[in-house]
Amino acid sequence: MDDLERDLKAQTLPSEPPQETLAGVTERAEREGLVDVAYATVDSPMGELLLAATPTGLARVAYPVNGHDAVLADLARRLSPRVLEAPARLEQARRELDEYFEGRRQEFELPLDLSLTRGFSRRVLDATAAIGFGEQLTYRDVARVAGSERAVRAAGNALGANPVPVVVPCHRVLRSGGGLGGYTGGLENKRFLLGLEGLTI
Amino acid sequence: MTALPPFQTVLDEHRGDVYRYLTASVGPADADDCFQETCLAALRAYPRLRHADHLRAWLFRIAEHKAVDVHRARMRRELPSDELPERGAEDPGRAGQSGLFEEVRLLPHKQRAAVVLRCVLDTPYSELAHALDCSEPAARRSVHEGLTKLREGAHRWMTSSAT
Repeated sequence: MDDLERDLKAQTLPSEPPQETLAGVTERAEREGLVDVAYATVDSPMGELLLAATPTGLARVAYPVNGHDAVLADLARRLSPRVLEAPARLEQARRELDEYFEGRRQEFELPLDLSLTRGFSRRVLDATAAIGFGEQLTYRDVARVAGSERAVRAAGNALGANPVPVVVPCHRVLRSGGGLGGYTGGLENKRFLLGLEGLTI
Repeated sequence: MTALPPFQTVLDEHRGDVYRYLTASVGPADADDCFQETCLAALRAYPRLRHADHLRAWLFRIAEHKAVDVHRARMRRELPSDELPERGAEDPGRAGQSGLFEEVRLLPHKQRAAVVLRCVLDTPYSELAHALDCSEPAARRSVHEGLTKLREGAHRWMTSSAT
């Protein structure tokens, strides 16, 4: 390596683009309709939640235990690789969740995109979405409402794969004997959410 | 075949290199706009990529297209004027550190791109070939030719300032 090559290496260059330049990328991408999946991370009493939305609506709520990177990779594969951190689109979701955790909201009004689920799973989620604040159904109940009372295990699997927990309240589905059953975010969080709604198990 | 990672991951991983590449290639005054154009063009094309190999080289290739756009726009601006372009006037305050890059920016596009990627950003030749869309020997030649031109320029400059 000679002087010239050393000089070239020694030139100072910025290590990162400025924040406002990066923010400009996100803003322009949103404006031009290039963001198929926008996401943001938000604080909650259950740890940092990952929220992701398509232009249609909220498509994913993920717990820390789900692994945010793994969830984003999954969204890139199943929805679109145009996944960008663009918190503005998640503003309503963040606000409604905050209100829910603070006890000021019992129902979510934000638009959903449930395109990650179909068929029986989708009907199970629809049945679950209709369970009101502070109420509970059994796995058998939601299986029946979804059209197949005997498919209790399939209903459990569908709820375990609920892409939008909390908002579609799968924590309100319990076992017939009153047992907790399972939960995508861990039983600790299921207990917390039920407690928030006045039920102690 | 590896699936395409979320675009944000690709951007987070390579944005520093892309920004440095553009700062060296077009100068600090145009780097930010050029960086945004690069990201948007990449985002537009991203879902059409068939695999996730050479994503960094792919980004450099897009950045290079945008850098050429900037250089062409500058030439169009300078053409109607009879005055000689004022060298070093474009980035006041940073002129001291970018003197050498101003020489680099006067190289033919392919040589400029090759010199910046290889000598400033330490890009391996295999990746350089992908970024420049040429063979590895051709990439080596472009680096060599660029460096030779820069040395000649430095030599001319030194002898002319000595007299």
